[in-house]
Amino acid sequence: MDEKPSKIIDARGSFCPGPLMELIKAYKQGKVGDVISVYSTDEGTKKDAPEWIKKSGNQLLGIFDRQGYYEIVMKKTR
Amino acid sequence: MAGKVSLILFSGNVDKLMAGSIITSGAVANDMDVDVFVTFWALLHLKKSGTPPPTLSPEAGPMAQQMMKIMAEKKIPSWLDTIKQAAEVGNVTVYGCAMFADMLGLKKSDLDPIVKDIIGVSQFVDMAKNSNMTLFI
Repeated sequence: MDEKPSKIIDARGSFCPGPLMELIKAYKQGKVGDVISVYSTDEGTKKDAPEWIKKSGNQLLGIFDRQGYYEIVMKKTR
Repeated sequence: MAGKVSLILFSGNVDKLMAGSIITSGAVANDMDVDVFVTFWALLHLKKSGTPPPTLSPEAGPMAQQMMKIMAEKKIPSWLDTIKQAAEVGNVTVYGCAMFADMLGLKKSDLDPIVKDIIGVSQFVDMAKNSNMTLFI
């Protein structure tokens, strides 16, 4: 991953829809060009968050498996 | 805004209240507005004081105690916190039901500040008639 997140949301241990809601909140507070990363252990979010990122017209930079959790990285493009 | 969900919260069982709050979150994630009309046993859970003890729907049966324990252990946020979080992300408006409030002598000031107004059923149905989805929980 080339781009360094400007904001990291650590939502590990939080359940659906918590991590997605926190991601959307950070997205709304951020500015175009921001790279936002969310850590989560919730399986529902792994499907919901990338779906939301694409549907909202933003860029999904990746879904990365980390040890015991995963990281979803997006770029705010609008 | 990509449409609107109208939600009627009737049950005071926490599992149903949670379902309502989670659907509210899903709606705002889809850029939809949500109007929530809270009546009967659900409204009791919006009182500032003297809210009833949490219960689960009868179908939880023997799992009820275990479920309550899991929810406490895993620090699952309350339905009200989930609604409030959704309201920070999108347009969520919560109304109390005038009929039930009148029956119990509850005023807006007796209820959680998330309640924007106490309105009658006719006004809510009028607001709901053009929504994309109406749910009664």
